Amino acid sequence: MSNPTGQPDLFSKFDDVIALREGLLASGVEDPFSLVMERVISPTVAMCNGRETILLGTYNYMGMTFDPDVVAAGKYALDNFGSGTTGSRVLNGTYSGHKDVEAALREFYAMDHAMVFSTGYQANLGVISTIAGKGDYIVLDIDSHASIWDGCKLGDAEVVPFKHNDIEAMEKRLKRIPEGAGKLVILEGVYSMLGDVAPLKEMVRIAKENGAMVLVDEAHSMGFIGENGRGVVEDQGIIDDVDFIIGTFSKSVGTVGGFCVSNHPKFEILRLVCRPYVFTASLPPSVVATAATSIRKLMHAGNKRAHLWENSRTLHGGLKALGFQLGTDEPQSAIISVIMPDLERGAGMWEALLKEGLYVNLARPPATPANMTLLRCSLCAEHSAEQVQTIISMFERAGKTAGIL
Amino acid sequence: MERTEIDTRIRSLIDPFNKKEIAITQETKFTDDLEFDSLTVMDFVAAIEDEFDIIISMNQQAEIETFGQLVDAVTKLQN
Ligand SMILES: Cc1ncc(COP(=O)(O)O)c(C=O)c1O
Repeated sequence: MSNPTGQPDLFSKFDDVIALREGLLASGVEDPFSLVMERVISPTVAMCNGRETILLGTYNYMGMTFDPDVVAAGKYALDNFGSGTTGSRVLNGTYSGHKDVEAALREFYAMDHAMVFSTGYQANLGVISTIAGKGDYIVLDIDSHASIWDGCKLGDAEVVPFKHNDIEAMEKRLKRIPEGAGKLVILEGVYSMLGDVAPLKEMVRIAKENGAMVLVDEAHSMGFIGENGRGVVEDQGIIDDVDFIIGTFSKSVGTVGGFCVSNHPKFEILRLVCRPYVFTASLPPSVVATAATSIRKLMHAGNKRAHLWENSRTLHGGLKALGFQLGTDEPQSAIISVIMPDLERGAGMWEALLKEGLYVNLARPPATPANMTLLRCSLCAEHSAEQVQTIISMFERAGKTAGIL
Repeated sequence: MERTEIDTRIRSLIDPFNKKEIAITQETKFTDDLEFDSLTVMDFVAAIEDEFDIIISMNQQAEIETFGQLVDAVTKLQN
């Protein structure tokens, strides 16, 4: 619809994105951003756009979505507590299930406090914007997740980014912060675009030496990395040195929701002052029940963790041997990122894989670092060794079809 | 440090990022004229921060559009 009054159209700012998308679709590829899963058969297989497809682009790292205990807990809660709370956590939206999932998180992380948000996005938004205020400084990695950036934007702190995983760049910036200012360093355990792990041990030490509090987003490591699945901070032996861990239920836990855990003695006050916690409805009872069950099972999932590592190593080695360019030299997480020469060929390769019966994530700027186009593969502990071999041969055929190999 | 000296130093820091060798005036805009994207901005800001041992937070960067404004901001942060 045109604009009859001749006033500026507020949507004209999206014209570049509209053109990019139209150009891509005009080349004839299936739209990578409107795939529909018609039926989900298991954590690793679904019917997508009418084809049976192996899922290699979900965040279902630990394959908990169809766990019988998890599903049963959800059904029980649905039957006994209803479909939703219709209220904020601080009013009528705290049920026993919400207290129980927070208890499960305290057990999982062996920490004093846990606070559950409606999504991980809101957990970052809320915690960051609330604790770093006017006159405080946030020092963060330039490749931080959108929810971290939005948390910075929502608050009033001075925001100082540094080059990805660059310890020296981070230290220099910390040392230049004016005397007496509050400091928050924000890091991620696993960066989800390339699947690389941060040198947290060094970074957290330096942050602490410079008087900063440290928040680590462990969205992509929970349940998998570290002996007890507590994340990269556990793996690198510094979990007691970080002030806040942010996480999500939307990946390894297999449902939806977000959280922050901490040992800070005043942590609980956040429940009253954190707006993205207060001014939104709490999670449905079935969701918190599935999350609590899943989290407690993840505490004892050592065998699954081992199998997921095996899958990650096999896929990384297989794709490397085929000649694909990967985001990391060694497998560092459950994410293996395949670097595409450009968006057009990336979309072509994505489509060729889909026709083979494989779903991966197509990631493109601005979500990606250095304007890269990536095919992100995320493995699941429920992928069998045979499925991983099938995936490698699908990549080989699609790579030839799409002219990447 | 005097504004003129800061001006000169920043000019030499721009050089490696000024791919099209655009002539720099006080009014030259980083995004429109020099076509800096967000990655270039980060590297360029880091170079200035290291040269002058200062922090230019993103909040401050948002106020800086032109070369002249940058020189002013650095002059102020220096003192
Ligand atoms: C690093 C990181 N933090 C936070 C989130 C947000 O999680 P959620 O899906 O629970 O909103 C994500 C997921 O997209 C993420 O990758």
